Amino acid sequence: MATARKALRIAIAWGCAIAWSEIAYSAIAWSASLSGEPHPYAQSPTFGVGRTPKPDEVKAIDIDVTPDGKGLRPGRGTAAAGKDVYTRRCETCHGPTGTEGPQDVLVGGRGSLDTFTPQKTVGSYWPYATTLWDYINRAMPFDHPGTMTADEVYGATAYVLFLNGIVGEQEVLDPTTLPRLKMPNRDGFVSDPRPDIPAKKRN
Amino acid sequence: MHQNLTRSRRWFLRLGAAWSAALVACRSRTSAPGPSAEPRAIGAAVSSYGSRSRFEKAARFVDQNTKVPLEEAASLTPLHETYGIITPSSLHFERHHSGVPEIDPATHTLTIHGLVDRPLVFTVDELKRLPSVSRIHFLECSGNSRGEWRGGSTESDVQRIHGLTSCSEWTGVPVATLLRECGVQPAATWVLAEGADAGKHDRSIPMKKALDDAMVVYGQNGEPLRPEQGYPLRLLLPGWEGNTNVKWLRRLKVMNQAAMSREETSKYTDLMPDGTARQFTFEMEAKSLITKPSGGDTLASAGLFEMTGIAWTGRGTIVRVEITADGGATWTAAQLETPVLPRAHTRFNFSWKWDGREALIASRCTDDTGYTQPPLPELIKVRGTNSQYHNNGIQTWKVASDGKITNGNRA
Repeated sequence: MATARKALRIAIAWGCAIAWSEIAYSAIAWSASLSGEPHPYAQSPTFGVGRTPKPDEVKAIDIDVTPDGKGLRPGRGTAAAGKDVYTRRCETCHGPTGTEGPQDVLVGGRGSLDTFTPQKTVGSYWPYATTLWDYINRAMPFDHPGTMTADEVYGATAYVLFLNGIVGEQEVLDPTTLPRLKMPNRDGFVSDPRPDIPAKKRN
Repeated sequence: MHQNLTRSRRWFLRLGAAWSAALVACRSRTSAPGPSAEPRAIGAAVSSYGSRSRFEKAARFVDQNTKVPLEEAASLTPLHETYGIITPSSLHFERHHSGVPEIDPATHTLTIHGLVDRPLVFTVDELKRLPSVSRIHFLECSGNSRGEWRGGSTESDVQRIHGLTSCSEWTGVPVATLLRECGVQPAATWVLAEGADAGKHDRSIPMKKALDDAMVVYGQNGEPLRPEQGYPLRLLLPGWEGNTNVKWLRRLKVMNQAAMSREETSKYTDLMPDGTARQFTFEMEAKSLITKPSGGDTLASAGLFEMTGIAWTGRGTIVRVEITADGGATWTAAQLETPVLPRAHTRFNFSWKWDGREALIASRCTDDTGYTQPPLPELIKVRGTNSQYHNNGIQTWKVASDGKITNGNRA
């Protein structure tokens, strides 16, 4: 009986401790959000599940490229060299000049975005050249993604940008030059203003 | 005791005899085949995995008439042929970007890396050891109902217009739990989610959502995720546009910027009349549909009908659904059926007496932020007709005097 009471007391004490730690945790989260101190999740206890990945394991899947060029693989390409890659790997779906389809139109459309027939192409719509490199590297060609060398990706990127009049035929694209390109529609995006339909009394 | 038993047995036998007599009497009066008229063949044996009756034919709609490869096409839920709020997993809509991969859960892993103190890789089994939650949430493609921006086909139906929404019970681990395991660094503002499908579909998610109600999901409606829904792991962002709920999830990278992936720049952005485009339009706004009766149905005769439908909002909980039968001149509250859950389909019913004359029927809903689903023309007034995504406008069905129902959005 005495043991049972003791166990109960311990259980209650534990319960209080957990409840208090939740409150304290919220307080830390709140104050950290004001003061810019380290994120509270950094200090939290862990379950000890999962293992540390080896650097090679992360490297193998860490494929994304950001607008500052981080993530671009070493390599280089020009439109002149990329024409061949485009013809072999891209033309069937996107047409000889990037305008014929049958899949996404890649070229043209400048000045069409505010008309009744907007054409959202790489040249008219895409805000970052790095996105084009990332997407070709990640997902193209549609039926064999992930099979192009870094140089082929630079080449295909350069050729599509050349067809759009954004780079010259001999302009070298590499991890340094590609992020520096300013795409025509770079400033064409705004943040989400919704709800954008004014709340009003409806009948 | 023994006497009682005997008596009750006798009573039972007498009852049986009476029943048989009644059945014989029935049979002699009608020639219609009833269960008793059939030879009493023994039914099917128990089975290891159930399937529906062969008489039921509800199916997803796949538009074969498209130049888009079917690996990156969509299939649409038959909303008019589902009940309650849960969509059967086999009828959940699909939209893939490079086909449905076949993934062995024994070898699949989720890696969390980037701006974290302790990068971690989890097997599917390890994720299942962590504290789990089960939540009922809708999932809607932001391109749902897109045809209506420019006036869809009058002959279309609720499945083909609006079938890119479904609702399931999802089971998994809060992303916040996983991020806590890894220790998020102070500079972190975004989490990149990436799939293991052929095209490595990826979207950047604001840290706030990741820490709020995001889940890494392995269960759907009581069983493992269907392959079309991301087996063995997917991201679930309650109330947010479908494509951000990355399927076949293989990694979460904690970052201090958005990746500006193809999907979040050139694809899932909403073009406005002035040529600018809205980006990171994550939330699906309040929307409702009368699913029965709806386009393609024919009312047999004037009189009483049960209208039914669904309402949902990505911002919270549905508090009201109203019905009009006169094109929006007057509105009457519908009955919300329980459960009414946040960011879930909510079932509504409404008893309607059709007078046999032409009618324009529609539903509109209001959520707990006070937002009311707008008429489509009001959306178009602000957004034009180029935006493609996020059409949550009111759907009107036109009932002709002969009972035939068509898409009434242009009526």
